[in-house]
Amino acid sequence: MTAVGADTSVRRSVSRRAVLQGTGALIVTFTIFPVASSQETGGAKTSAGAPKLPGSLTNAPFLDAWIRIDADGSATAFTGKAELGQGIKTALLQVTAEELEVPLNHLTLITADTALTADEGYTAGSHSTQDSGTALRNAAAQAREILIGEAARRMNLPADQLKAANGTVIAPNGARLSYADLVSPTLLHVQAQPNSKLKDPDSFRIMNRSQPRVDIPGKVTGGSVYVQDMRLPGMLHARVVRPPSYGAQLATVDTGAVERMPGVVRIVRDGNFLAVVAEREYQAIKAMRSLAVATQWRERPALPKQADLAATLLSLPVEDFTIFEKPVSTSTAAATAVEATYTRPYLAHASVGPSCAIAQLQDGSLTVWTHTQGVYPDRQAIAAMLGLAPEKVHCIHVEGSGCYGHNGADDAAGDAALIASQVPGHPIRVQWMREQEFAWEPFGPAMITKAHASLDSSGRIADWDYGVWSNTHSTRPGPAGSLLAGQHMARAFPPPPPKPLPQPEGGGDRNAIPLYELPRAKVVHHFIPSMPIRVSALRSLGAHMNVFSIESFMDELALAAHSDPVAFRLEHLNDPRARAVVTTAADRFGWAARQKGGNGRGCGFGFARYKNLAAYCAIALELEVERETGRVRVQRIVAAVDTGQVVNPDGIRNQIEGGILQSISWTLYESVSFDETRILCVDWSTYPILRFDSVPNRVDVDLVDRPGQPFLGCGEASQGPASAALANAIADAIGKRLRELPLTAARIKAAVGI
Amino acid sequence: MELKVNGRIHSVAAAPDTPLLYVLREDLQLNAAKYGCGLGQCGACTVMVDGEAVLSCVVPILLLQGKEIMTVEGLGSIDKPGPMQRAFIEEQAAQCGYCIPGMMMRAQALLQKNPQTSDAEIRRQLEQNLCRCGTHMRILRAVRRAAQLMQTPETAVDTGRST
Repeated sequence: MTAVGADTSVRRSVSRRAVLQGTGALIVTFTIFPVASSQETGGAKTSAGAPKLPGSLTNAPFLDAWIRIDADGSATAFTGKAELGQGIKTALLQVTAEELEVPLNHLTLITADTALTADEGYTAGSHSTQDSGTALRNAAAQAREILIGEAARRMNLPADQLKAANGTVIAPNGARLSYADLVSPTLLHVQAQPNSKLKDPDSFRIMNRSQPRVDIPGKVTGGSVYVQDMRLPGMLHARVVRPPSYGAQLATVDTGAVERMPGVVRIVRDGNFLAVVAEREYQAIKAMRSLAVATQWRERPALPKQADLAATLLSLPVEDFTIFEKPVSTSTAAATAVEATYTRPYLAHASVGPSCAIAQLQDGSLTVWTHTQGVYPDRQAIAAMLGLAPEKVHCIHVEGSGCYGHNGADDAAGDAALIASQVPGHPIRVQWMREQEFAWEPFGPAMITKAHASLDSSGRIADWDYGVWSNTHSTRPGPAGSLLAGQHMARAFPPPPPKPLPQPEGGGDRNAIPLYELPRAKVVHHFIPSMPIRVSALRSLGAHMNVFSIESFMDELALAAHSDPVAFRLEHLNDPRARAVVTTAADRFGWAARQKGGNGRGCGFGFARYKNLAAYCAIALELEVERETGRVRVQRIVAAVDTGQVVNPDGIRNQIEGGILQSISWTLYESVSFDETRILCVDWSTYPILRFDSVPNRVDVDLVDRPGQPFLGCGEASQGPASAALANAIADAIGKRLRELPLTAARIKAAVGI
Repeated sequence: MELKVNGRIHSVAAAPDTPLLYVLREDLQLNAAKYGCGLGQCGACTVMVDGEAVLSCVVPILLLQGKEIMTVEGLGSIDKPGPMQRAFIEEQAAQCGYCIPGMMMRAQALLQKNPQTSDAEIRRQLEQNLCRCGTHMRILRAVRRAAQLMQTPETAVDTGRST
C-alpha cells in the first residue's frame, strides 16, 4: 500500500500496522461501515432515520475514518476514491488541508484500499469531489473544531476566542497548543454531525487556488507510479490466452511444448480460462503466443452485422421507461415540425496502457493490487469467484493508465486473482496485451436517439418528443460473473442480468431530459436488455450521445426558426447558472461577431449540465472542413464551466480540456468494428484516435466562480457539449447535417458531394 | 550482453531477441518507458538511441550493442528535474501520465537536433505518440517551454551526450 504526501509525489511505503496504529499516541479504531455499492453513483446511501450527513460521511460516519492526526502532529486523510489521472488526490488534499488548517505539504492522503478506507463505491460519475471532497471537507472542519474545543478546555478559554492555523490552536494572548499536543487516541473517534462550521470562501488559502498536482513529478521522472511499475519479491509474470471471440469454447490444447519453454513455471487452465506463468515478462509473452497456437477453440457467429447495427438494435425487445412527461398543451398550434434520428457506434475506452494487476495468495488470504475504479465491488467479485470470504481478499488501488470508465481493469484483477489462487505464495503480475484490451474491454454502448419537435408561430418550441435506445451502461463488479475470469472458468458464473441505471443520474438516458423550458415534452428510455456486444460504463455514459443529439437538434430547430443557435438556446433556458455559462462562452468566443458559416468554415455551440445535476458546461468551437477530403481541422474552442465551489482551478481546466479533446476523438474518428464472430479492432491501426496533427490550435476554459456553492463534478461535463459543438460547426461549414457518429472524413466528403 | 543506458554500462542476461522495453523495465528496473501496444503504434515506449527517438517495444537488444540509450530517467530526477521534466511539471502537462515519458523522449530527440524547432514540426514529430486523456494542448506547451528552458544555461543539464 502506498501513500502520497502533498509535498512530493514520491510514494512511500506505509505498513498497515503503521497506518492503523499511527506512530504515537493515537490508536485508531476504524469504523468503516461497508455499504452495498451503487452503480455509477459513488455509493452514498442514507439509512432510514439517520440524519443526512454531508457527502460520503453517510458511508462511514466516524471522523477518524477520514482524518487522522498522529502524536507527532502529522495529518493523514483517507478517501475511498482513486486517482485515475483526474487529479483527485490533489483536490482532496486541498479541501482537507484548508478546513483542517494544516499546511498542504504536511498532509498525507491514503486512497482506495479495502483495509484502510471507507467504501465509497466506484470512482465514477464525476462524484469524487462531490462525495469524498464534501466528506473530507466536513470531517476536516469538524476535526478542527474538536481540536479548538480541546484547546479551549485546556486553556480555560471560550472556544470562539481561539483560532486554528498551521496545525496549531492559537489564543488571543499568543498562547499556542499544537495539534500534536491536543490529540489523543479517541479525540476524533466521534460521529460526524450533519452540519459543519465551514470556512468562509473569502478566507481560503488553499482551495480555489491552482495547486500543482502531487502526482505529476513522479510521472515525469520515472517514479514507481503505476501498478505496471510494481516489482514484488518472488513476483512471476503471467499472460492470459483469451478466446478468439465471445462464447468460444476451448476444444483442445497441447501444452507440452510450451511447458518446456525457457522460464515457464505453470500453465493454468480452468474451463475456458487459459494462462501461462513464467519467470520473466518476455518469456511469458512468448509462451502465451506459442500456447495460443497450440490451442483450438470452437467459435460461433453471434454478433450482429455491423452494417445493420442500428436496425438490429431497434429490432431487439425493449423495456420502456417514460422518464419525463409534461402533458400541458397550452401553446399555440404548431407551425413547423422537425424530426431527426441520430446514431452512435460502440466506442472503446482504449486506454494507452493495457490493464494490469498483481495478486498474491498467502496463508489463505489474497491481496490484489489493481487499478480498478472500485476496490470494494472488485473485492466482492473476486471473493465470490474464488469462494473466499470478502475479508480474505484485500484490494489495494494503485494507479494505472487512464481508464475513462469500466475498461479491463477489473478483469485483469480477476485474471491475476484466479492465477494466483493456483500458484500460491508468488505475486502474480498479469498485463493484458494490446489486442486483448481492445477485443475484451466492455465497450461504451451503441445508441440510437429519435427526436421530434414542433415550433409555434413565434418560433419557440411547442412540443418535444425524444427517445433513446440503449443497452445498460454498467456491467461492473460486484457479481463474479462480471469478471471475464469468472465467466470463463469451469465453474462459470453467468454475467449478471443487465439493469438500467435509475434516474436522476441515469445510464443510457443520462442527460436525455433537456434542461430547456418546454411547454409539452415526453422523454422515453427504450432500455435494451440483450447485449450482443460486451458493454459497460464509458466516461459520461449516455450523456455523450444524448447531449450530442439534443444539442444537434436544438441547432436544427434554430435553423427552422430562423434563429441564432445561442439566442435560441437562451430563449428556452431559465436556469441562471445555465444562462451564465452559455453567455460567458459566447462572449469569450465572440459568437455574435463570428464569421458567417459556409465554404468549409463554420462555428458551433453546445451546452449541457452534466446529469442535469453536476457541472454546467457550454462550448463554442470554430473549424475548417477540407471540402475535397472531408477532413476537419478545429481552429479554436472556448468552454465556460460552472463547477460550484472551485477546488483546483487548473485541475478543472485540465479535466475540461481533456474531455473536449477526447470527445473530438470519439466524435470524429471512433467506431468499434466487428464481424459476425469476432471484434475486429485490435490495435491502433484498426481503431484510430485523435493524433497531434488534428489537435485544435487553441482551447480556452473559463471558470464561472461560485464561492460557497456545493461542489459540482466536472470530469465528464465537456464530452457531450464538445461533440455537439463539433457537429453543429460542421453543419455550419458545409450546410449539411450529419447525424451518424462518427463524423468521419468520408461521411463529410460524401455530404459535401464534391 | 552489455547495454549503455543513461551513460552507464549494464550487463544484462536477457535473451538477445528480447525487445529493449522489457530489459529496461525488468532488468534495469527503469519505470519510465511504458508498454502500450508492443507493435510500435502508440509511442508509450519511446526512448532515445544515439539521439534518435526509437520505439523500444519493437527493437531487440541484439541491435543495440555499443549504442547510447537514454530514457526519461536520464533527463533528471525528481529532486533535480531536467528542462524537459521541469517544463512538463510547470505546464502541468499530464493527466494519467502513462503516455508522457514517450512524449518527452520524442520531444527531447527533436529539440536536441533542432532547438529552434517550429510548432508545426513539434506536432508533426509527436503525431506518432498517442495520448488518450486529451492532454495534447498542455504537451505542446510543455515542449515549447522545454525548448526555452534548454537554451537557458542554468537549467540545461548534462544529457549524457556530447552533441
